[in-house]
Amino acid sequence: MSRKKLTRRQFVAATAMSSAALITAPYVRGAYAAGKLSIGFWDHWVPGANDSSRALVNEWAAKEKVEVSIDYITSNNKKIELTVAAEAQAKSGHDILQMYTWWPHAYAEQLEPVNDVVEPAIKQNGEVNGTVKYLGQAAGKWLAVPATPGSQIKGPCSRIDLMKKHAGIDVTELYPVGGPPKADSWNMDTFLKAAEACQKAGFAFGIGLGETTDSVDTAGAIFQSFGAELVNAKGDLTVKTDQVRQALEYYKKLIAFLPPDAPSWDDASNNKWLISGRGALIMNPPSAWAVAKRDAPQVAEQCWTHGFPAGPKGRFAPYLPYYWGLWSFSKNKEAAKSLLTYLSQSSSIEKFVAASGGYDLPAYANMTTLKTWAEEGPPKGTLYHYPNPYNHQTLSIAASPAPPKIAQQIYAQATLTKMALRFAQGEKMETALAWAEGECEGFMRS
Amino acid sequence: MADVIVEHGRVVGTTGARKRTGLHNALRRKSMVAFFLTLPLIVLIALFVLYPALFSMHLATLNKSMQKFVGFGNFTFLFKRETFWMVVKQSCIFAITAVIFKALIGFIVAHFVHNIPAKGQRKWRGMLLVPWVIPPAMSTLAWLWLFDPSYSAFNYTLSFFGVGPIPWLGDAAWARFSVILVNVWYGSPFFMIMYLAALKSVPDQLYEAAAIDGANWWQKIWYVTLPMMRNIIAITTLFSLIVTFANFDIVRILTSGGPLDQTQIFATYAFRVGIESNDIPLGASVSLFMVPILAVAAIFILRDVSKRGNEA
Repeated sequence: MSRKKLTRRQFVAATAMSSAALITAPYVRGAYAAGKLSIGFWDHWVPGANDSSRALVNEWAAKEKVEVSIDYITSNNKKIELTVAAEAQAKSGHDILQMYTWWPHAYAEQLEPVNDVVEPAIKQNGEVNGTVKYLGQAAGKWLAVPATPGSQIKGPCSRIDLMKKHAGIDVTELYPVGGPPKADSWNMDTFLKAAEACQKAGFAFGIGLGETTDSVDTAGAIFQSFGAELVNAKGDLTVKTDQVRQALEYYKKLIAFLPPDAPSWDDASNNKWLISGRGALIMNPPSAWAVAKRDAPQVAEQCWTHGFPAGPKGRFAPYLPYYWGLWSFSKNKEAAKSLLTYLSQSSSIEKFVAASGGYDLPAYANMTTLKTWAEEGPPKGTLYHYPNPYNHQTLSIAASPAPPKIAQQIYAQATLTKMALRFAQGEKMETALAWAEGECEGFMRS
Repeated sequence: MADVIVEHGRVVGTTGARKRTGLHNALRRKSMVAFFLTLPLIVLIALFVLYPALFSMHLATLNKSMQKFVGFGNFTFLFKRETFWMVVKQSCIFAITAVIFKALIGFIVAHFVHNIPAKGQRKWRGMLLVPWVIPPAMSTLAWLWLFDPSYSAFNYTLSFFGVGPIPWLGDAAWARFSVILVNVWYGSPFFMIMYLAALKSVPDQLYEAAAIDGANWWQKIWYVTLPMMRNIIAITTLFSLIVTFANFDIVRILTSGGPLDQTQIFATYAFRVGIESNDIPLGASVSLFMVPILAVAAIFILRDVSKRGNEA
């Protein structure tokens, strides 16, 4: 047995390699990640939902020996947007910050690409829809990781009894539990007739015409179902088109059947409208139903969340994905990526969905049939069709497919609802279109 | 006290040459002490007023992505926007109407309170100041509930008289009325307390002399009270005009600028453009647009104040 002699050169090389390994060890992704990590999560509406994210992070931190601190930041009064803006300006703050819809594109230059997190997650959990890509990807680069908490579809939540009684529509038949939708008859014309019937019966549809997201999202889906775009994907103005005119004509008819104070509605107004029993339908994720379960159980047990009515150009549902962004100035990128990978595992996603009572929607195709949605109630199965399990509607966001930085302006300034309201309040079609065109021209400044 | 310290300092640190101009030095040192005493405030103002102001000026000269200097480009862009001119008009309507009503109500209430016997006056003063001391974000939330689109307490009450429902925040005219009403409710106590202080400083002899001359109550107000209160009215108006022009919380909470941007004012529009639409340089330009308007108002009002001061 020969004993190998260690040369001086080998000794120096081995020492250098060991030192390098030791120094870089805390930043190596996986089991050796260490150091500190600060996280800014969106403060969830659903009571107790934050506990699941805290538990998951702590579980990961204990395994990876990372010291974590979590701040839950409310989205009330745009606190989360303010935090994102402040951290981007200061180039300092949380390592991971939750941001929604337009923000990954808005801060694209300051975000670390996360293809190495998202691509494996897609492989594991299935493809993501077009809106997730539109908002989260630029030139093939993932700007942020699709987050389950907060992501939502703002489809119709109908009162089973009122729709049946006044509009003659059984929404549970259109969207049965455990089976695919039988909703061919559920189109914009049926929707309009139902809106009229319910309004005449004193239970108007609770759709806002204000400048907050719920109002804008509904307008966006209706416009898209007519193929109406204010700015197309190339960035050209397409306001003065027949599709936009058709959408405006339709909206004018619909507005006549909405509550007269709908122009001043904010994102809480429609929830209150449903919970108080005054409306037959609202467009919302199941948060209104969840509150009704607590405050007005007799209303909650008549609620059914289902798909959007189809228009001439298809069936579109408002979808708002949330993301986890990783700042390029983050001090512990590898640990952050390790955590984001962990939070994107199917087991973690399942916990998020369960903790939020089905409110949170995973972005991935294979994750839309979790048992939470089938089991939640009363009535049992009320959320079965919420995650769009049969892909019978296109999940979209208002103002798309305009380039995101232009679309963000159209969305934030509620150009769609304002234009519809102007026309409905008596402004001439061409004047309303000219106004919207002028606004969109302004949004194109770089 | 400062003089003693100064004197002490002078003795300790003087040279022969300085002794000859002792008084001059003392004055200089007194101003030094004064400077040091005000230094914390100067630092605070520099940090929280001057720096943000200069930084916002810098931001206003950048392009949307904040990577390129565009000079006055953002302002020329704004001048071409219909919505921006609507915001300018609405800010002026909002601020001027609110200040006029605040001043008027403050003046009337101050007179009422002034005429209450001294014993019960403190109680009334305290109660009337309540709107002003509650944080406006909180009190405006209460107003929001009163105006709530669907469950307005006002509409509920009016329904007993067969009136309404009134779309307090859903109709442009009513929404403008509502935001001005809340601003007047919040700001009137400030005018009231300032005017009350001014009223108390008007010598009774002047009223007695006027009474002997046969002046009625209106003539007393016109020829005695108002001239004696002119400076305080001017300064209070200017101060309130600045604060009202820059108002954010009331409009943001009640209407967020809606419906159809018809209650949008400078601060809320700057927030909409800068933060919500992610165009910070344009938002900074909108908010800076208040400066020339307020500067002109300040020059006119303060020039008048100093003129009267010199006359006195």
